[in-house]
Amino acid sequence: MIAMTHAGYIAAGWGGAAVLIGAYAAWVLRRGRALSRQVPPEERRWS
Amino acid sequence: MWRDAALVAGRDLRVELRSRVTTNQVAPFSLLVLVLFAFALDPDRQLLERLASGLYWTAVLFAALLAISRSAAIDETDGVRDALRLSGLDPAGVFVGKAAAVAVVLLALELLLGVGVVVLYGVELAGAGLVVVAGLAATVAVAATGTLYGALVSGLRVRETLLPLLLLPVLAPVLIGATRAFEAALAGVPADGWPWCGLLAGLAVLYAVAGALAYGTLLEGS
Amino acid sequence: MTSPTSTTVTGAPGADGHAADTPRAVAGRGAPGHTGSRASRVLGILALGSIALLVLYGLVWSPADAEMADSVRLMYIHVPAASFMYAGCFITTIASAMWLRRRTPGWDALAGASAEVALVFTAITLGTGSLWGRPTWGTYWTWDARLTSTALLATLLVGYLALRRLDVDPTARSTRAAVLGLLLVPNVIIVNRSVEWWRSLHQRSTLVKLDPTIEGQMLVALMVGFLAVGLVFTWLLVHRFRVAWLEYQSERLDLDLALAERRAEAGHHTDVEAPA
Repeated sequence: MIAMTHAGYIAAGWGGAAVLIGAYAAWVLRRGRALSRQVPPEERRWS
Repeated sequence: MWRDAALVAGRDLRVELRSRVTTNQVAPFSLLVLVLFAFALDPDRQLLERLASGLYWTAVLFAALLAISRSAAIDETDGVRDALRLSGLDPAGVFVGKAAAVAVVLLALELLLGVGVVVLYGVELAGAGLVVVAGLAATVAVAATGTLYGALVSGLRVRETLLPLLLLPVLAPVLIGATRAFEAALAGVPADGWPWCGLLAGLAVLYAVAGALAYGTLLEGS
Repeated sequence: MTSPTSTTVTGAPGADGHAADTPRAVAGRGAPGHTGSRASRVLGILALGSIALLVLYGLVWSPADAEMADSVRLMYIHVPAASFMYAGCFITTIASAMWLRRRTPGWDALAGASAEVALVFTAITLGTGSLWGRPTWGTYWTWDARLTSTALLATLLVGYLALRRLDVDPTARSTRAAVLGLLLVPNVIIVNRSVEWWRSLHQRSTLVKLDPTIEGQMLVALMVGFLAVGLVFTWLLVHRFRVAWLEYQSERLDLDLALAERRAEAGHHTDVEAPA
């Protein structure tokens, strides 16, 4: 970014939030894929 | 409902009296906590006397966790839950009875801890009216909340560890209110303490009603 | 964070013999093996677009604040995250109440999913709050009323999720979780009010100027923040809800499987009678 006060705190805050959301989303998607294999399609009505 | 409550309270207190766990283990433990506070802090600089209200209620909460866990354990053995469900007792009555028994045990522990604080920390008693009313309100609040959350974890293998995690955040307002009220009483300004007493009474009523309403569902559903 | 029962028995060889008893079909034909749908994909694309917009508005186009300087940029995440943390708790309590009325597994799944997403947003709220507090107040942590009650909210959610994750009878677990979830919002309100009251006795003036009037480009950035965080929250909730639904189904099928095995075993020992 261009000259910004508290750049480190802002980077940590935005970056931390992005990493946390990304990691959680990846975990949810992976778990969804793993469980989908165990459950028959008629119980997955969204697809 | 009240007759059922008296029956259940009598049963819980008799079990507690016969097992002697409260007198032989919980009471010494709570006194030990008071001594540990003295080790952790500096006993010479009147620190203990200034912090006495907070330390007292923290010790009460630790002792309460044990008392509540014991109360929940009574219903775990040999299908007592099923027996309660089939007995035709009013679930609200069962809740009130169990909470009353916990409250009686807590009051005894609080008296003991009170003597401990006076003797060990050199606290001078003042504002007796506020102390008694705030103490009673906080006790009822802790007993009602604890009995409700005890039923939530009763019968689980992890009861002993899950109960503090669920219960302590919910009891934080009780700790805040009771500590402020006692501080005000001991400092000789009871007028500052009565609003906190109101908070404690409100919490006691709220959780007692919530527990009485929810207990039937908890008995049925597990 | 894995539920112990559901993941272990994945198409185990032993299951083959009882395929007729248990509808444990292998995924594939037709239905995709994931929690996405057309609606959730659209939602995801909108969320990604709004995140890009938030980065532009929050980090580039909006000016620095007169008092807080650039640290105000943390607020564009912090304030929306805090709002959706409360929204998540609210959904959990509503869903718990609905479960107690209807007893359908969907409400139970929604309550659990919402609490978990709310915990993620609580972590973001606490993290960005601390990082904002350090340059503004000079410390990462202060016993400010909001900070303290948010920390207690986090423990309430952790406790609720710990109860949900136990490996016990599903109906008993749902009942207990519903009662606990029903108490969540009242507890949050009580804790917030009493902590607020507690702190207001000690420090009245120092931290009051938390909400400087926000206007112009900064207000736009905050609104974009609400949009982006809201879309992300909804997307996460939709997917987490579907995962919770799959967990429920998988647990149910595992139970059926175990019952079938038990029955087959019994039939094996007394092979005079045909298995029921």
